[in-house]
Amino acid sequence: MRFDDISQAVGNTPLVGLPRLSPPGYELYLKLEGHNPTGSVKDRVAKYLIEAGESSGELRPGGRVLEPTSGNTGIGLAAICRVKGYPLTCVMPENTSEERKQILELFGVDIVHSPASEGSNGSVRVAREMADADPDVYMPFQYGNVANALAHYETTAPEIIADLPDVAAFVAGLGTGGTVTGAGRRLKRWDPAIKVFAAEPEYGDLVYGLRNLDEGYVPEVLDPSVLDSRIKVNSLDALEWTRRLAQEEGIFAGVSTGAALVVAARVCSRLPEGAKVVALSPDGGWKYLSTGAYAPGDVAEIAERISGTLWA
Amino acid sequence: MATVRIPTVLRKRTGGDAKVEAEGATVGEVLSNVVAQHPTIDDSLFEDGKLRGFINVYVDDEDVRYLDGLDSKVDPDGEVAIMPAVAGGAQRSEHAPRHLSAGGAGA
Repeated sequence: MRFDDISQAVGNTPLVGLPRLSPPGYELYLKLEGHNPTGSVKDRVAKYLIEAGESSGELRPGGRVLEPTSGNTGIGLAAICRVKGYPLTCVMPENTSEERKQILELFGVDIVHSPASEGSNGSVRVAREMADADPDVYMPFQYGNVANALAHYETTAPEIIADLPDVAAFVAGLGTGGTVTGAGRRLKRWDPAIKVFAAEPEYGDLVYGLRNLDEGYVPEVLDPSVLDSRIKVNSLDALEWTRRLAQEEGIFAGVSTGAALVVAARVCSRLPEGAKVVALSPDGGWKYLSTGAYAPGDVAEIAERISGTLWA
Repeated sequence: MATVRIPTVLRKRTGGDAKVEAEGATVGEVLSNVVAQHPTIDDSLFEDGKLRGFINVYVDDEDVRYLDGLDSKVDPDGEVAIMPAVAGGAQRSEHAPRHLSAGGAGA
């Protein structure tokens, strides 16, 4: 595969069977989005967000891009913005892993920190305040931009359908809601019988701790009607499956992948015998090494220790 | 008795308890029993007789909006978890596929 530049090399990721982790009588497959140019599913979204701004005229040559992101979207945007010549500012929770900060700085991104206790909601709040104060910046806003879900509708799902036309169920993590909404919609257009499940990370007390219940945030991208169910996954289960994935299938993935696999294995019993289930792996494990998620030791202790930063 | 997990922000309503044991065969009955034990939690969970928009309730990890709402069955040793919605995890009840009514919540 030859491409003119990095922005063209997004997508067409491998769909890999997991024969050793599949429940008896079912076939689990994992879509390895870590194989995208900057190592995550967000490369698809970043490309669509920037192109949407260019098409609408909100983003003009040399214009500044501003986005609240806990990391992967920022890294994807950073690469695209670099080759297209747009300066980029990312607002992210201060507990985001060190690897992500260093990658963003390498790409020349300006980083603004929001309080760890406010999680992603805090990044959204701070970015909105900054965007309101500066009419010249383009804030793609992945939580509310239809281009986010469209990226999955036009690229992620068609790739799955091409590789596994008889897919029975699709599982992806719930962040902005873009993956489950966009890919789910396209999959159901292909075959209305396909089930779509969201794996929702159960955050640690650090994230929930100081929250005011009136401050909840509804991502406009998420269409709850596409989902057949929404299942939360705790840090320990997600971490155990992420480690088993490495140990039994030879795949080194981020912890959100383990969460998607927990749900994929759980929903098999609701599907006909022989059903094929696709889980989406948003990224590899590299950017989370410093969290200690993969270190030797008692998995329950590790999960407890890192539950506040695991999903950041 | 089902176990109800209480999020940090609501523990001031339960005397600091992170878990409350409650009776009931459905989510509505279980939450109603929690309110009976800790009356001041009522306003934090319900507004106009419905679950507040930024509160998610799960039975054995599954969002009750995709089950039968407050009528969702709870096993005698089941777990009901109350969680504040965070970015990516929130949805307003009016957008949910199955509307949550106050039925049986005793609000």
